Amino acid sequence: MGLIEGRFQQGILTTTVDTVFDWARKNSLWPVTFGLACCAIEMMATGASRFDIARFGAEVFRATPRQADLMIVAGSVTEKMGPILRRIYDQMPEPKWVISMGICSTAGGPFPTYSHVQGVDRVVPVDVYIPGCPPRPEALLYGLMVLQDKIDRMTIAKPRTA
Amino acid sequence: MDEQKPGDAKPPAPKKAEGEGAPKLDAPVPSRCLDRLHAALADAVEEASFYCGVPIVRVPKERIVEVCRFLKEDPGCRMLLLADLCGVDMIRLRPTPRFDVVYHLTSPDTHERITLKAAVAEGAEVPTVTGVWRGANWHEREAFDMFGIRFAGHPDPRRILMPEEFDAFPLRKDFPLEGREKDHGNWRRPEDDHRNTYRD
Repeated sequence: MGLIEGRFQQGILTTTVDTVFDWARKNSLWPVTFGLACCAIEMMATGASRFDIARFGAEVFRATPRQADLMIVAGSVTEKMGPILRRIYDQMPEPKWVISMGICSTAGGPFPTYSHVQGVDRVVPVDVYIPGCPPRPEALLYGLMVLQDKIDRMTIAKPRTA
Repeated sequence: MDEQKPGDAKPPAPKKAEGEGAPKLDAPVPSRCLDRLHAALADAVEEASFYCGVPIVRVPKERIVEVCRFLKEDPGCRMLLLADLCGVDMIRLRPTPRFDVVYHLTSPDTHERITLKAAVAEGAEVPTVTGVWRGANWHEREAFDMFGIRFAGHPDPRRILMPEEFDAFPLRKDFPLEGREKDHGNWRRPEDDHRNTYRD
């Protein structure tokens, strides 16, 4: 940046495409409403005034996956719900991220049974796992901040091998 | 209330389990509808017992509709509410027949309760009671879904909880609790792992 630094008028700022994109993406995550169990109650508390997920730019819970770029899987996923969850994920536009909230969606939790998905990473790729049963809103916010840090490392460059 | 009705009999109050004062959970209690059932359909009562103040009646499965209809329509019983209908896998409790179908009846008028049990062998059918209580429809579908108990004459004999292509009955005692490998789907795709690119 040294070559062009200071050669323009005041008010011009040079940066990289990655920085701008990552900055915009991480500060405006729109979660799709996907509450499945008691974790959803904590997720609602996170969205309400006391914890206020709006401080992190993620308050716009969308009722349609087509307007969302973050899926917070909040609660236990049954085998019957698996393909439905996958379809909602597929309907979200790229780029998209997934937070697995709570032990049920992370690894099956207290339900090692025939009807329960033993980890939502068998359905969709997960970016951040949040432990807890259910996690406190602070934990969800910390998970969101971890995801923001991860998005900050994103690059639009193509992967070397695909 | 003018007088205590038979159905108001409560289970014995819990006492210290010592000596003669210990409560007997299977103590008989007065039950008007059990008396009326004995009087009207004595040959349909195979066995009567009590638990926690509720009479439990064993009924041959061929006569379950008749008994249920009597208990619902008899003016002294008025069992208008089928509180629950469920199956039990008795495979570890007795050699045969394998299943019990249990009917929990309640009278909203007298608050009296009664439990009916009908034994059914694997592969055999139980007559449906949807003609007596329409609400039995989903209960019987659930008993079929979980145990494979078939209900003859059921208007909609499909699975209710499990996916339609599921090929077993998961609450049977010989079904593994954690399921079989094929019961757990995997919807991941190869491209999932290369979706976004991150700098190290």
